[in-house]
Amino acid sequence: MSVNLTLLLVMGVLYAVGIYLLLERSLTRVLLALMLLANATNLLLLTTGGYAGLAPIFSKDIPASEFNDPLPQAFILTSIVISFAVTAFMLSLIYRSWLLSKADHIQVDMEDIRVAKQEIYDDEEDSEIAVEISDFHENDQPLAKRETVPGIGPKKTPLAPDATSKHNGVHPVTPGKDKE
Amino acid sequence: MNVASMAPLAVVLPFLGAALAFVLIKHPRAQRRVSLGTITLTLLLEVWLLAFVWNSGPVAVQLGGWAPPFGIVMVADQFSALLLVISSAVSLAVLAYATGQGAADGEEGGPVSVFHPTYLILVAGVSNAFLAGDLFNLYVGFEILLTSSYVLMTLGGTGSRIRAGITYVVVSVVSSLLFLIAIAMVYGATGTVTLADLAVKLGELDPGTQNLLHVLLLVAFGIKAAVFPLSFWLPDSYPTAPAPVTAVFAGLLTKVGVYAIVRTETLLFPGDDFNSPLLIVALLTMIVGILGAVAQTDIKRMLSFTLVSHIGYMIFGVALSSVLGLAATIFYVIHHITIQTSLFMVTGLIERRGGSSSITRLGGLAKLSPILGVLYFIPAMNLAGIPPFSGFLGKLGLLQAGVADGSPLAYTLVVGGVVASLLTLLAMARVWNRVFWRSTADAEDPDPVLLATAPDSSGVPSMRALRTSKHVDATEGRFSGDNEIPILPRMMVYSTMGLVVLGLGMTFFAGPLFDLSEHAAISMLERTPYIEAVMGSGAGTP
Repeated sequence: MSVNLTLLLVMGVLYAVGIYLLLERSLTRVLLALMLLANATNLLLLTTGGYAGLAPIFSKDIPASEFNDPLPQAFILTSIVISFAVTAFMLSLIYRSWLLSKADHIQVDMEDIRVAKQEIYDDEEDSEIAVEISDFHENDQPLAKRETVPGIGPKKTPLAPDATSKHNGVHPVTPGKDKE
Repeated sequence: MNVASMAPLAVVLPFLGAALAFVLIKHPRAQRRVSLGTITLTLLLEVWLLAFVWNSGPVAVQLGGWAPPFGIVMVADQFSALLLVISSAVSLAVLAYATGQGAADGEEGGPVSVFHPTYLILVAGVSNAFLAGDLFNLYVGFEILLTSSYVLMTLGGTGSRIRAGITYVVVSVVSSLLFLIAIAMVYGATGTVTLADLAVKLGELDPGTQNLLHVLLLVAFGIKAAVFPLSFWLPDSYPTAPAPVTAVFAGLLTKVGVYAIVRTETLLFPGDDFNSPLLIVALLTMIVGILGAVAQTDIKRMLSFTLVSHIGYMIFGVALSSVLGLAATIFYVIHHITIQTSLFMVTGLIERRGGSSSITRLGGLAKLSPILGVLYFIPAMNLAGIPPFSGFLGKLGLLQAGVADGSPLAYTLVVGGVVASLLTLLAMARVWNRVFWRSTADAEDPDPVLLATAPDSSGVPSMRALRTSKHVDATEGRFSGDNEIPILPRMMVYSTMGLVVLGLGMTFFAGPLFDLSEHAAISMLERTPYIEAVMGSGAGTP
């Protein structure tokens, strides 16, 4: 199979520029990157068909070796249609993003940052487990309001685990907690 | 008559339905009927197809009468037919769920009416990908489902959806371009894109070229299947979409990627050169994914991370390239499609009832809505792999296959699989403890809808009796306006229930399903039935 050097060079430049632009934070540049990459890929598909030849399936007199391979062109046609649709959709997304936040750059995921910043210590999961005295709590009090239970207090107070009980591995039991 | 010749209808029917639904865009009721009817019809057709290939093995249909390596072929074997049936059943349930939500919230005339046609196109794309007999048709299937998924992902165009949507679109387009590059390379190297033809011709190439093509295809499919380290986009984008959309994406889209990986590993590159790298990747996907899930406080994000983690199990089975491993993967894929989708649907219901999907802001739902508790508990335990559910059976199959393989790496994977399963249980139990078991008063900054009360039949104010938005503080909740909106519409609850029951059904019929998976695995590893079905008898033997 013979290849066209010009096409290969153009393809290489398109890929290089496309990948560079794809790494930018500006949305318009990312869009341009996708368009360039799509066109570079179309050139790659064209190259796989070999050298340009005569129009295929046109006349029975032309020997098969002089035809152009029609299949890559069909691929390219499909790919152009798809990248056209995606480009139009991306443009509408960028426009919408501009309308909403007046910003043309990729924004950070706030939830992700929040999760990354959260402390390892979790009030509800890591505070010391109080020993249950009765199977059923009286009048179904919420945990936060059971003031006699050590280790679980109101939400905002930072809870340092009791040093002694931590070392002994014994859960503190407050005597006389039972209301009976 | 050959049933296989009906296979293209699985793609054509949803397309026709989409066109009709688009014409009926001003008539929401008719639109809903059309889309529900279309998917039901498609499902029936696919069940018929599955029944046909159950014993007969792969069947192929040539489109337009062009013979295979030149024309387009569609192939249905046991694996693809099984996936078609499950995917259509899941899409039907999600569509019913979305219809229930739409009917309850009154979306008449809004931009949301575009949902039904787009959804049907998504279903058509998924069917096309499963039936594709050549690489380029597979690419087209991917593009159909991805393009409609872009629209569904950004439905409504709110700020967070646009932000997540842009990441999703860019990542998907890049993966599709990689796939297209791979197709161009494959065509350049072999001069064909028909899978069955490639199965023979790729083996004749020199090993370097083979490896290049193999890696290119795996990377392209790896992004779509969300395999670590190519999974970063998924937990970022899925949770922001509307509940039914996330549910169907989580169930189907990544599995299409897994399907493509299975085809690549069995049909195109049957050797075991890539087994070790794939096993390592599978291990990392399981562990990193589930560690991400444990750190989350938002249920939807947590589920997205478990989704990534459980993709690792499927890659594990594929990478073993043994009959048992592949059979377990097939079983695990269909189990996971159902369970993951039902969990996302339940989360949508939790969000409606509790006003939030963050576990810090929820509490007491077991008391307020016991049905939600049951609907969450069953699939959650199923996902975590607690016996006797299908998740346990699938994982057991994978672990057995790992032990049978016997290599140190396979044993590491077995341990990793058990650890990931335990951590899944931890993540699921955390949600259960916070959202369902603790008292409502322990929730941090609960939504008004969680605290609102309504008089029950005897006139006493009770939280259980809260059925509509009327009693929720209209100034703060999501249900502002004068209309009475049911908090948990029947249609949504019933469709979720249907899917949970389907998941349970897989537990009850695990025997026949596993037998079918094993037959499919044997036929896929043997390759000749597939190749002969497409290329004519005698083609498969070199």
